[in-house]
Amino acid sequence: MAASLAFFSTRRSRRWLPPSVAVALFAFAPQLAAAPVDYARDVRPILSNNCFTCHGQDPSHRKAKMRLDTAEGQADSGVIIAGKPAESELILRINSTDADEQMPPADSNKTLSPAQKDTLRRWIGEGAKFAEHWAFTAARRPELPAAGAGWARNPMDRFIAATHDARKLKPAPETPAGTLARRAALDLTGLPLSPAELDAFIADTAPGAYERLVDRLLASPRYGEHQAMAWLDLARYADTNGYQMDGYRMNWPWRDWVVRMFNANQPYDQFTTEQLAGDLLPNPTRDQLVATAFNRNHMLNAEGGSIAEENRTKNVLDRVETAATAFLGLTLQCAQCHDHKFDPLTQRDFYSMFAIFNQLSEPGNVNKRFMKKPYSDLYDDLYMVESPYLLLDTPETKSALEQATAARVAADKAFDAGKGEFHPAFVAWVEEMRAQPALIEERIKDELDRRAVSTAKLENLKDGNTQRLLTIFLVRPEYANAAGLKGAAEGAKAAEDLATSRIPHVMIMRDDKPRQSFVLQRGNYETPGDPVEPGVPASLPPLPPGTKADRLALARWLVAPDHPLFARVTVNRFWQQLFGRGIVKSPEDFGLQSELPSHPELLDWLAVEFRESGWDVKRLLRLMVTSATYRQAAVTTPELIASDPGNVYLARGTRYRLDSRALRDQALSISGLLVEQLGGFPVMPYQPEGIWENMSFGKNRYFQGEGADLHRRSLYTFWRRSVAPASFFDVSARQTCSVKLMRTSTPLHALTTLNDPTYVEAARVWAAKLLSAPASADDARLRTAFRTATARVPNPAELAQLQRTLGQSRTHFTAQPADAAKLIQAGAAPATSGLDSREHAAWMSLCLLLLNLDETLSR
Amino acid sequence: MNPLQNHFREMTRRRFLGTTALTLGLPALHSLLGRSALAATAPVATSAPHGLAGLPHFPAKAKRVIYMMQTGGPSHVDLFDDKPELRRRLGQDIPDSVLGGLRLTTMTANQKSKPCLPATFGGSQRGKSGMWVSDLLPHTAGIVDDLCFIRSMHGDQINHAPAVTQAMTGHNLPGRPAIGAWLTYGLGTETENLPGVVVLTSRDQEASCGQFFYDFYWGAGFLPGKYQGVPFREAGDPVLFLSNPDGMDRASRRQLLDGLSGLNQLAQDHYGDPEIATRTAQYEMAFQMQMSVPELADISGESQSTLDLYGPDVKRKGSYAYNCLMARRLVERGTRYVQLMHAGWDQHGNLPTQLPTQCRDTDQASAALVQDLKARGLLDDTLVIWGGEFGRTPFVQGDFNNPKAHGRDHHPRAFTMWLAGGGVKPGTIYGASDEFAYHAVKDPVHVHDLQATLLHLCGIDHTRLTYRYQGRDFRLTDVHGEIVKGILA
Repeated sequence: MAASLAFFSTRRSRRWLPPSVAVALFAFAPQLAAAPVDYARDVRPILSNNCFTCHGQDPSHRKAKMRLDTAEGQADSGVIIAGKPAESELILRINSTDADEQMPPADSNKTLSPAQKDTLRRWIGEGAKFAEHWAFTAARRPELPAAGAGWARNPMDRFIAATHDARKLKPAPETPAGTLARRAALDLTGLPLSPAELDAFIADTAPGAYERLVDRLLASPRYGEHQAMAWLDLARYADTNGYQMDGYRMNWPWRDWVVRMFNANQPYDQFTTEQLAGDLLPNPTRDQLVATAFNRNHMLNAEGGSIAEENRTKNVLDRVETAATAFLGLTLQCAQCHDHKFDPLTQRDFYSMFAIFNQLSEPGNVNKRFMKKPYSDLYDDLYMVESPYLLLDTPETKSALEQATAARVAADKAFDAGKGEFHPAFVAWVEEMRAQPALIEERIKDELDRRAVSTAKLENLKDGNTQRLLTIFLVRPEYANAAGLKGAAEGAKAAEDLATSRIPHVMIMRDDKPRQSFVLQRGNYETPGDPVEPGVPASLPPLPPGTKADRLALARWLVAPDHPLFARVTVNRFWQQLFGRGIVKSPEDFGLQSELPSHPELLDWLAVEFRESGWDVKRLLRLMVTSATYRQAAVTTPELIASDPGNVYLARGTRYRLDSRALRDQALSISGLLVEQLGGFPVMPYQPEGIWENMSFGKNRYFQGEGADLHRRSLYTFWRRSVAPASFFDVSARQTCSVKLMRTSTPLHALTTLNDPTYVEAARVWAAKLLSAPASADDARLRTAFRTATARVPNPAELAQLQRTLGQSRTHFTAQPADAAKLIQAGAAPATSGLDSREHAAWMSLCLLLLNLDETLSR
Repeated sequence: MNPLQNHFREMTRRRFLGTTALTLGLPALHSLLGRSALAATAPVATSAPHGLAGLPHFPAKAKRVIYMMQTGGPSHVDLFDDKPELRRRLGQDIPDSVLGGLRLTTMTANQKSKPCLPATFGGSQRGKSGMWVSDLLPHTAGIVDDLCFIRSMHGDQINHAPAVTQAMTGHNLPGRPAIGAWLTYGLGTETENLPGVVVLTSRDQEASCGQFFYDFYWGAGFLPGKYQGVPFREAGDPVLFLSNPDGMDRASRRQLLDGLSGLNQLAQDHYGDPEIATRTAQYEMAFQMQMSVPELADISGESQSTLDLYGPDVKRKGSYAYNCLMARRLVERGTRYVQLMHAGWDQHGNLPTQLPTQCRDTDQASAALVQDLKARGLLDDTLVIWGGEFGRTPFVQGDFNNPKAHGRDHHPRAFTMWLAGGGVKPGTIYGASDEFAYHAVKDPVHVHDLQATLLHLCGIDHTRLTYRYQGRDFRLTDVHGEIVKGILA
């Protein structure tokens, strides 16, 4: 009773509710079906959402010294009397109408519904049983349900069928072969099948044709590229640093590593270990070092005036958040400033993880800057990277850099040697201005140059401000020699920069600076509190005894068989990729506030199956796409929509719009423009003029590429953090770890796929391809075109609509030949000769329509 | 806010759209779409995002908001917060007791002396309120009795990007929804032909300023992408990809869209997926937008007196004055939130030359927008906000003895903003800084407090407009924010 009294003492004015009132309230509680209450499914969500903020795991916000999130806490609370709801103060409080008594209190903005109150009453009535949160106990392989006979194609389907049975749902019939093939191709490779591939598949009538297609898709290099795209979103990969300046970086070799590993079907435990801790493996290979760039893909602040330690701290915080979201599916970052409000994660847990990622020599300021001319000689851009980094040089690029460096050192020396000739006069010239500031304006035009007068370190000829002033000073004819030497030194520096830029500087991990970490009070780097040692969250399984808690230990801990989260979180993301929604709806959060899994046993079965298969990703995806569940037609009815609006229970195929990056790839593929070239420097395809310039006031320029650069897969499009590529929409901002899918529908998306030159050019080239095929009638061409886009033959009504639209378009462009001639100029791809421009334009319009068909945009 | 209720509302709307299309047939759907574009009375096909059930929480004073963000950090010391003590101590170091060991940027943290510098351009008390305004802002000074000044603003961030991010999204790190996203998520929009949240950017004419505009300043964060602000561009199409390709005129596009809706309708018949009808409606809205955006940008119908009000720059696309006029035209047409972003207030070493330039570029149009809204009866339910991400130090950055290169560093501990219209008490001076204009001491207003007040004026309880993400109910004001009652009309 002591705790119960404490509960009262903090809210002294709160009074007991007369028992008669309480009883009367219960009388009005809805009578629900008598299925026993399940703590994890029914009760904890209510308590977590409404009570844990004040009666949960964070002691600093805990009221009345009472916690309700643990079995012990509930037992000690005194407000729950098992089997006796009417005597349990918890029940009295939640039913109270007295503002001083009621729980949750009015100022919490939380209210319990009558059904929720009834659930809590029944729970206590049935004995107030407690259960651990499902996601914090290791997955065990469940028994296969005896369901799905005659329908199920593999064990996975039996779990789905069991839910169908329970909910009285009937699975949809199998989708037609072409549609299924298109779905699998888009899901596995991000590209549609070519008409020839589709023909071959349809012609293969032997059993197992679909499975063979799936194997071909999984073996395609395009598969790795497609898988990499989702991983890049998760890993917040970008080609610039973000923040002010948003300088370029060179971590793209890591992107190529990801593609290669997916294609090689590297076991997922190894994939994870190498990215988290490749550098800590014995005798790491170059690849294993590159893999660790995963941890360095975060943004980097290079703003003048920013504080290095603050920047560095943010980098580490980001690493922890990314690892926690990606591998644990936990919102550990909520414990950055205080203990987690809902999950058993303390602030100390957070900083123990922080300590694991806080052992490298990064200075918190980008400390390697150079210019580069990768795409043309027209421009320079500032590359800014931060140590530690790895130089991916070849013997040629290495020796070129050595020579350039030697030349630069020699040029510097020559300039330095002539210092006596001008330096005393130069110093006097600056000192004069310092004494009489009026002279500054007279002598110097540029604002930044003027500011250099007070700040230049005149003895140091390499000081940036000194260099500014020297450039102005040395224009006098008597210093022509020195000016020439200075020019030579600058030229040598530019040559050295260029040679530097030919060598990717990949920012990687290296535990080369042991640091003591602290709990940062309120998450602030300025207020370190208690020291912490590296470690994993205390409520999860411990590290093996005697293990040094570093990144390698962390990785091995994740992939250990008894880890409750890693395998579940991973299979859930793959599931989301294929079915549009995770078994756990929130891939980023498996904690107490997450919705329960739609198919908990299936999730566990998949997790165990995946682990025991040796973390075989291709096998896992093959299992999913060859299931009866996956093969269902995406045909629905108002009744089905009403009974399962989100298609959570999968009694029909899933149907949703493709990711905007995949849409672009699809258009390139359909038109035949796609350049299938793996890896390398990022490319700059079409983008309306002025986007980078506008946001950076002209300081950043976009130099659109040419030739193959325009038609590479979206994966290779240069990703500027401050402004994402214009052709993409509903995409991760690539600023922090992102695992949640976005799928909205706005007029702006329609404008993109109708008017972006990428799509318009694709329509033009595709139309030319159709027209250049051996002479055939409209109908045959329309059928081919429609089938290329949708993988099925149009039905008569559709064909009639296509004919009508083509006819209108033809009439229009016949009457407007000048417009036709203009329209077929779209894009930089070579023109097709020998076509009637009016006919070409009419077909081009039709092809643009087909690229925008809902069925083409969706899978 | 009940997500389930909202979900059903959305479902019902979509189903209605879907089934309407089925039962009325395609021509009827077309005509509905067409008509609704002209008169927003058609009950279906209103694809502009709906607000949440139960919002506004109480009657709104402001139906729309124009936030004139002055990035870089306008000097409150020079423009609004004249301090006799600074004048008395001209050139003397600001006392350490005032600095209080609090952090400064690395640009001045190690500067040996921190000499006081008072307002340098003159100014006087104006209007009935007696608000002191710099002579650099004659137009603003002329309307002080329409404005409500807060001289006790403060924030936590000392660098631009985090401070702007905090001002626009409530948090210093990127990734949270911006104010406009929250507003349209909660309240929906009143136009389907124009975006609900529009961003208009401009910069100082000499481009002296290093501030960039990041898209997370107007992003939707974890809210659905449709709530994200749409930046209008100064060159080319105001909205990305607005124009048809060269050689495809409106008639030809119409043919394409008719064919598209016909085929989508057939697909809808087959699949029964209501998303298909939603998508068709988005294509129709895009078609309407292709008309309404150019109409919006066509200022040939504005009277000469209106144009004169905004000043000579108004006809230059992408200028601050042009953007102010666009803001008025947008809110007139139903846009919920206009975020003007003007860069150029970052005077680290060029205060004597650049501050006057900035003021010249922005003063007249800022005041004109308030006057113009007032003249049209729009000011009563339009909230206008003017201010930067922070103010500037009352001490000199750089060499005190070189007045031409005087500058001021970033200063978030006290600065001034003004508000007008939309339920704000005009002719008000609220709060005060200390005698050095260094700390907000009387009625301090944190950035979160201003955000709470903004939502309050729009009929929203800032503690109740939340969105569940990563297991937590997020809101614009995080766990902070007090309504500034003293400025409410």
